[in-house]
This record gives sequence, structure tokens and C-alpha cells, in this order.
Amino acid sequence: MKSIISGKCFVYGANIDTDQIYPGRFLDLTDPDKVAEHAMEGADPSFVKEVGPGDIIVAAANFGCGSSREHAAVTLKTVGVGAILADSFGRIFYRNAINLGVPLLVCPGIAGVVKRGDRLTVDLTTGKVTNETTGAAAQAQALSGYVMEILAGGGIKPMIKEKYGQ
Amino acid sequence: MHAIEKILARAAGKATVATGEIINCKVDLAGINDLYLQTIRSFREMGGKKVNDPRKLVVFLDHYAPASTITQADNQKQFREFCWDQGIDLLMDVDTGVCHQVLADNGLVYPGMVLVVTDSHTTTHGAFGAFGTGVGATDLAIIMMTGQLWFRVPEVIRINLEGRLPKGVFAKDVILKVIGSLGADYGVYRAVEFTGPVLKEFGISERMALCNMTTEMGAKTAYIQPDEITMAFLKGKTKQDYEIFATDPGYEYAAEHSLDVSDLMPQVAAPHSVDNVFDITAYAGRPVDQAFLGTCTGGRVEDLAVAAGILKGRRVNPRTRFLVVPASKGVFLEAMDKGYIQALLEAGATFVTPGCAACLGTHQGMLASGETCITASSRNFPGRMGHTKAEIFVGSPAAVAAAALEGKIVNPADYLE
Ligand code: SF4
Repeated sequence: MKSIISGKCFVYGANIDTDQIYPGRFLDLTDPDKVAEHAMEGADPSFVKEVGPGDIIVAAANFGCGSSREHAAVTLKTVGVGAILADSFGRIFYRNAINLGVPLLVCPGIAGVVKRGDRLTVDLTTGKVTNETTGAAAQAQALSGYVMEILAGGGIKPMIKEKYGQ
Repeated sequence: MHAIEKILARAAGKATVATGEIINCKVDLAGINDLYLQTIRSFREMGGKKVNDPRKLVVFLDHYAPASTITQADNQKQFREFCWDQGIDLLMDVDTGVCHQVLADNGLVYPGMVLVVTDSHTTTHGAFGAFGTGVGATDLAIIMMTGQLWFRVPEVIRINLEGRLPKGVFAKDVILKVIGSLGADYGVYRAVEFTGPVLKEFGISERMALCNMTTEMGAKTAYIQPDEITMAFLKGKTKQDYEIFATDPGYEYAAEHSLDVSDLMPQVAAPHSVDNVFDITAYAGRPVDQAFLGTCTGGRVEDLAVAAGILKGRRVNPRTRFLVVPASKGVFLEAMDKGYIQALLEAGATFVTPGCAACLGTHQGMLASGETCITASSRNFPGRMGHTKAEIFVGSPAAVAAAALEGKIVNPADYLE
């Protein structure tokens, strides 16, 4: 796992639900590359054209609330999102993203101090967030030991495979 | 300890657990929906060949019942083959209905169990005193492999419901009021318990609606202490021996709220979030293109009964489409027996086969841009039922039926005996 993540950011408001991250009408798709074509389509149709590897999503409260669809985490992982920072996260989305190895950090107030396109650097081990464009800094909550373990292993699948693979 | 903690402690094989602790729990039953072929993919990616215990798995073909596209059909085909191959007998095919109602109908849910489904509304089963929670595909695949999953022991919020329900006010209105007051993220990572005398007025159907909607405040699980109403429902349904856990006196809740329902008006969540809640009269007169009655939230026999009461011998407004989806085959049969289906059909309802139908915005009743829908389901997110520029109001089954009759949002209390 890279412990320093750096990328340009996309900023959203509160309650971005999984229908906005990945619209229900594409739920029958299963190939990650096809799933990736619809990332954030309900909230921001231009996201998918502008996002690049390592880019960071910043949001206000309750990002990823709503359904349990793992597609929402798969789509963001596959387009290369490096980290997501928000006031809080929908709990199933949180588990799904961490399981896939996408770092999610609770960072209250972050959406108020960054603009779309700013360059952010996030240190996963310390939770320090720096806005390279404006020089502003913020502090995210530290990730729990178990979450760090999952992220360090590149997601939960390799961990389970090693222990229980048949 | 709280009853929920005792359930988790038992499942983790521990004498006690503490709030915030991360524990590994044995899962009594795990359910997979047809949206989540990724579950099987993740299972294989993790080196899975044979599931840990096929008797503890249930597969629901409900979201795409029956398949509308070749991709959906192919996904369902793979699920069926997986079940046959793995010896999973609990395959609930496209004739059975929405997972949560099917679990209740078939006695698969009981007090004290740990139930995990790839569906966020698994909180519904707090109505039976079960620990029910939703997860994604990979978490479910971990259960398939190991029979277990990790959980963080949640804080518990208590919501005490007092007073007497006025005419036209249902469990759905109560929970909308709660979500509107506390906010869509108030319950994130936490458990929500309902207590108080109003619960005695609620049957299992209304208790399920109450617990179901805690998902819309982000809750991890919901809980209602099992009582004689629960036991009467379960009698003859479940074959399981179950244990009812009770919260220790002096347990400290993370927060406690009280709501007196006596003066409550019928409620509605306006576009585009479920915590955007108002007295329904604030939107009275708003024309409705589609009225949607159904789902795991509002498609039970009691819901169809209320709607039939309002519409029997009357006609749905010609400008409004009235979509009715019984939540399950069991619901459909019982409602037919009681004459509700005939009454609704004669009034002008369009029936859809039991399942999720338009609820998730993929098929069977999508909305066009600029259209307005009132729904007995749980969500009004942008694009939830079709176009992102459609407007969805969430209300009680009575509010939906009354709107279907008038072609506009009205106070359903005026249409009830
Ligand atoms: S009826 Fe709607 S809320 Fe319930 S499980 Fe189906 S899609 Fe989800």
C-alpha cells in the first residue's frame, strides 16, 4: 500500500448516495471495466471524463449512504480513485471500499476547505491532509488497526485467500 | 449489556462484548440478492470452491424478477447453477418476492439470530429481535467461505414512541418523522432500538416498516424487544429453537429520544432525500404521475388492505398510473383471499409480479424526466426510480392510495373510515 496519496480532487456535498455514485439501472453489469464507465454518473456526469489515477474524492456528510451495492466501490476503485475523504460515510459503502483496498478517511469539514481541481496530499499513517494548491492543512481521523491491515494487504481478498483459500 | 450485544456475544462465542470492540461472529443465515453476482466472483477470487455451509445460505432472485435483459437473465442463470452445484436448497426464485418479506413468510428469521444479507434494508429484521445487517458482495463472500464475519459492536440509540396514533398516521409516518428530525446520517454505524407503548399498536408488518427505514438514517441494525406479538407471528412459522435476549437494567444508551405520536400528521419525504420530511399537507395538491405501492417497506398485506379500503368501488385518477407490487407470493395469496387484489385491480391498479420492481430504478415502472411519483418504498434519491429529474415523494401506503385516487398529493386521513 502507498501510504502517501496525492491527486487532484473532486468535491461534493452531503448525502451522495450509492444511486448517484452508481445508478441502479446498470446494476446488472459485473465486469469492473464496464462498471467503471458509470462512476458518479448520477451526481456528476463529467467526473468519469476528468478523473485520473490517484485522484481524491472529497465530500461532506454521509458519502455512500443508501444501498449495499458493491458496484459503488468497484466503480470508484476501477477508475483509480486514490482516497475518499468525507465528514462521514455510509457504513456499508465504508466496508465495501476498505475491503477493495480504497482508503476512506473521516475528515470533518474537509469539503469546506478544498475546491474542485485542488491538489491534495494525504498521509494515511498520520491522517495529515495538505492542500498543495492553497497550502491549507487538515487532520483526518486515524484509520483503525484492522482497517490498516486490510489496506496494507491490498484489500481483504488476498488476506482471506491466504487463510482460507481452497 | 444490551440485547444486541448479547446476540453478538453469543455469535462470537464470548461471555461479554463492549461497544466499539471488533469481533468475529458466526452468521446464522446469509442471503444474496440477484444484483450481486460479484459475491460469487469474490468467492472465486478468494480461492473459494465449496461454501462453508450450504444450509446457512439463501439466494433471492428478487431485484430482477423476472429478468428484463439478457444480462439479468444470465446473472440469474449463474446464481441458479451455483445453488445447484453447491447444494444450496434455499433458492428463492423469481416467483417468491422481495428477500425481507420472503424471510419472514418462510419463518427463516427468528429472535436472537445473526442475519446478514447483501441488502441495506436487512435492518428490517429487528422487528423480530434478530441482529440483521446489510453488507456488500465481498463481505458476503467471506461468510460463504468462513461462516463468519467481523463486526464492530455498535452503540445503541433508543427511540421511545409514546401516545396514541391519530387516524391516518402509520408506522411509516412515525419513522419518516424520526428520520426528518434526526437526519439521514444520525444512525451511521449505530443500532436503533424502538421502545414504548405505541409498539403494542403495531403488528409485525408495521414493526418491519419501522425497522426497515432505520437504514435511511444510516443505522447498522434495528431492534424491537420480542413480545407476545412477535411470538404469535412466529408460531407455526419457524422451526428453529430460539433464544430471546433482554437488555440488562441500567444499560446506558448512546442517546435516547422520545416522540409523542398523538399530534402527528401524515408525513412525506420530499425530493431528494429521505430526511427532507414535512407534514403531507405542505404538498397537498401536487399532481402525481405515478403512485407506487409495494416493496420491502410498504408492500405487505396490511398495506394492500389500507389501499383497498381507500380505493374499493372507486377509480384511480386517469392521469395517474397506480403500480401495485405485493412484496411476496405469500402476501399476494393472502391479499387475494381477502379481496384486496380484486378491489385494487378494478379501481385501475397496474399489477407487477412480487419483487423489487421499480423500487431500484431498473425496470417495471420507471419515471420519465419531470415526472412526479409518490411511493410507499423507502428512497427518493435522484434517479432512484428512473430519470434523475423525476421527483419522488415517500409516504405511507395510505398516502399513496389516496394520491392515486385523486391524481395529486392529499391528506390520506380524509379518506379513511
Ligand atoms: S424492495 Fe426496494 S428497498 Fe426493498 S430490497 Fe428491493 S430494491 Fe431494496
